[in-house]
Amino acid sequence: MAESHAHAHEPHGHAHHEPEGWFKHYFWSTDHKMIAKQYLLTGMLMGVVGAYFAYVFRMQLAFPGKPVPGYGMVTGADYNALITNHGAVMIFWVAMPVLIAAFGNYLIPLMIGADDMVFPRLNRLSYQIFLVSAIILGASFFVQGGAFGGAWTSYPPLSAKAEYNLTPLGPSLWLIAVALEFVAFLLGGINFVTTAMNARAPGMKAFDIPMAVWMIVIASIMFMASVGPLVAGAVMLLFDQLIGTGFFDPDRGGDPVLWQHLFWFFGHPEVYVVLLPAMGFVAEIITVFSRKKLFAYKTVLYTSIGTGVLSFFVWAHHQFIAGIDPRMANVFSVTTVLISIPIAEMCFVYIATLYGGSITFSVPMLWALAFIGEFLVGGVTGIFLGASGADIYFHDTYFVVAHFHYTFFPIAIIGTFAGITYWFPKMYGRHMNELANKVHFWITTVAFNGIFIPLFILGASGDHRRIFDYSNFPELATPEMQAMRVFATVSLLVLLAAQPIFLVNFFYSMFKGKQAGANPWNANTLEWQCPSPPPHGNFDVLPDVYRGPYEYSSPDRADDFWPQNSPS
Amino acid sequence: MLEHYMKQGSSYASHIDGLVWMIFLMVGFWFLFAEGMFFWLLWRYRKKPGEKAAYFDEHAEHKIKYNWVEIPHRLILVCDVALIVGAISVWTEVKISMPQTDETVRITAQQWAWTFQHAGPDGELDTMDDITTVDELHVQLGKTYKFELASKDVIHSFSVPLFRLKQDAIPGRVITGWFKPTLAGEFDVQCTEICGIGHGIMPAKLHVDTPEEYAAWLANPSHYLAYHY
Repeated sequence: MAESHAHAHEPHGHAHHEPEGWFKHYFWSTDHKMIAKQYLLTGMLMGVVGAYFAYVFRMQLAFPGKPVPGYGMVTGADYNALITNHGAVMIFWVAMPVLIAAFGNYLIPLMIGADDMVFPRLNRLSYQIFLVSAIILGASFFVQGGAFGGAWTSYPPLSAKAEYNLTPLGPSLWLIAVALEFVAFLLGGINFVTTAMNARAPGMKAFDIPMAVWMIVIASIMFMASVGPLVAGAVMLLFDQLIGTGFFDPDRGGDPVLWQHLFWFFGHPEVYVVLLPAMGFVAEIITVFSRKKLFAYKTVLYTSIGTGVLSFFVWAHHQFIAGIDPRMANVFSVTTVLISIPIAEMCFVYIATLYGGSITFSVPMLWALAFIGEFLVGGVTGIFLGASGADIYFHDTYFVVAHFHYTFFPIAIIGTFAGITYWFPKMYGRHMNELANKVHFWITTVAFNGIFIPLFILGASGDHRRIFDYSNFPELATPEMQAMRVFATVSLLVLLAAQPIFLVNFFYSMFKGKQAGANPWNANTLEWQCPSPPPHGNFDVLPDVYRGPYEYSSPDRADDFWPQNSPS
Repeated sequence: MLEHYMKQGSSYASHIDGLVWMIFLMVGFWFLFAEGMFFWLLWRYRKKPGEKAAYFDEHAEHKIKYNWVEIPHRLILVCDVALIVGAISVWTEVKISMPQTDETVRITAQQWAWTFQHAGPDGELDTMDDITTVDELHVQLGKTYKFELASKDVIHSFSVPLFRLKQDAIPGRVITGWFKPTLAGEFDVQCTEICGIGHGIMPAKLHVDTPEEYAAWLANPSHYLAYHY
């Protein structure tokens, strides 16, 4: 048995391995690991841009009418453009490229024991289109009239007509950038799903696939199934903007609410598209650092598929008060509240994994645990908004802002830091500085709560969103509410001040960190069974798989781990 | 709980607050339970020298799963049912049903102002004595109002936090709803849907008048000079 496996899946990368030029290596590579790093670094750069936007508008909210250091005076138009692009950048140009594209590219071939993606050139094209989309988005800030300021949801008629939004070019550039970004991720998604289906190591059955891979695959399928209507909607909106069609224009027989259906039919599954990869990373990390088998593997898998399917039937909960037939709210309230069941099960299963474990609080583990602890807040506060009757009050207040940041921050920031700190030794063959990482972890996590807890209270006080200066609303301009805005802004400044610690650590450790070796965490999954960093082609001999990914602390063995490719 | 942050000023405000309170208790329980369990496990199963982690085979896992997954699953389902019943009944009262109303007020949103067409002394809309105001809505305490909400340009949202009322205004449509003020005073009307660069300067004043105040306001001749057209 072992012999028949052992003979060879000669990695074909090695056969024609010529020395590459600098340009070909860094910019024209088809190696999945290089494309992953391109996505990761572009995503981190865009993260800095998105954070800068947040800094500017939070300064304006805390100290209205005062010039913001590093920006200047913030007008109503500036404010709208900043919040719009903060949202768009953080979701489409940070969460998606980092969580799905960077980690999906890096991890899928390594974790399933393949030498590369099945469509490497498509993969390269995916990143290039993504880069173009980011450049177009950046360009939208420098055109006549300035960047689009109609919120990341881009509701027409405001987004459709220049006479309403006063930015003749910004909205079209913004839409083209978003649509191109979707094309990039469609290409990536095709690649991820095909690779995970076809290129797995011999012996790796469905339930031997690590959860991170499963989750990225499910997320990719959800993305591909939901994005079609929005791409169509984006083209229709672009036509409304540029050639005067009337798809969403009531004066020409169109319907502005149609856009909302198309947008949220994509927009809600999108939340789970980014959630699932982060859940996958957390599954890998908590098993390794508690030396425990993932509790109820199949339950995690089925609940994530269930959540994915259900998420296609909840979109109109974003539109309860948007002028849809009010009876529709009853249906969507039921489907929305029901999503609490699979999500709660997932959380319980993750918590149950800790039961009986031997837990080490390393930096990746701290991030993974913070994800669970913080995401719970985002989960339970969602119930207030899913219950139609309560949403009448909370809709479009800061309660919503706080709620979705308690989901997106754990996903896109905490999940990303968990992933980076966990897989950094594999990516660069070196360890990051543990102490610096711990300082960064604690400041970031505590400050994050300092930003968003006051926003829950502001929302409960009726504070509505997307207002650049509250002095026009006497009920909202009270000293208590202003004090909470200042507190949130100061917490943001603390959070931002801690990020250079991570960035310096990241780049310093890349070159000067302690050597890590192939498997520093004593993990089972296949990516740890090849050299760090893996060469082009990944494995010296492509592995065979003999067991599931989470066989930790097996009573039959002296070691507390049991790599998937170890014959005995 | 919400009344601590925002006074209740309509007949249904306390029902919405009651629903919020019910959800708060339910999710509060699950949240504290989950976080408590989480932190206790982290403490209890922290790494100790010489101790190896447990290994559960299929059989053992199946038994634990009953406690960790199946029981919470059923309890959450019960909570969900209660919550859905509460949400739908409040929603039906506020947004679907239309009680017998005393008067109608027409609300028109545009970039960046609110126009309110009041019925005037005769209590009938679209008659000669209608009073049309900008950014100022007058209603009488205790009367039930029907509103007709429209927009001239982009999507706006008519929000009165005091009433716990919020409704988007869609260009090309007239959306109806109702409210019954129960607290006299001056309050904020907000636009809660982003509507362009003036979204932050689109407040309006809501005056909930006692019958005497309302009569005085009706009698003010300036309406007929300044606004009537």
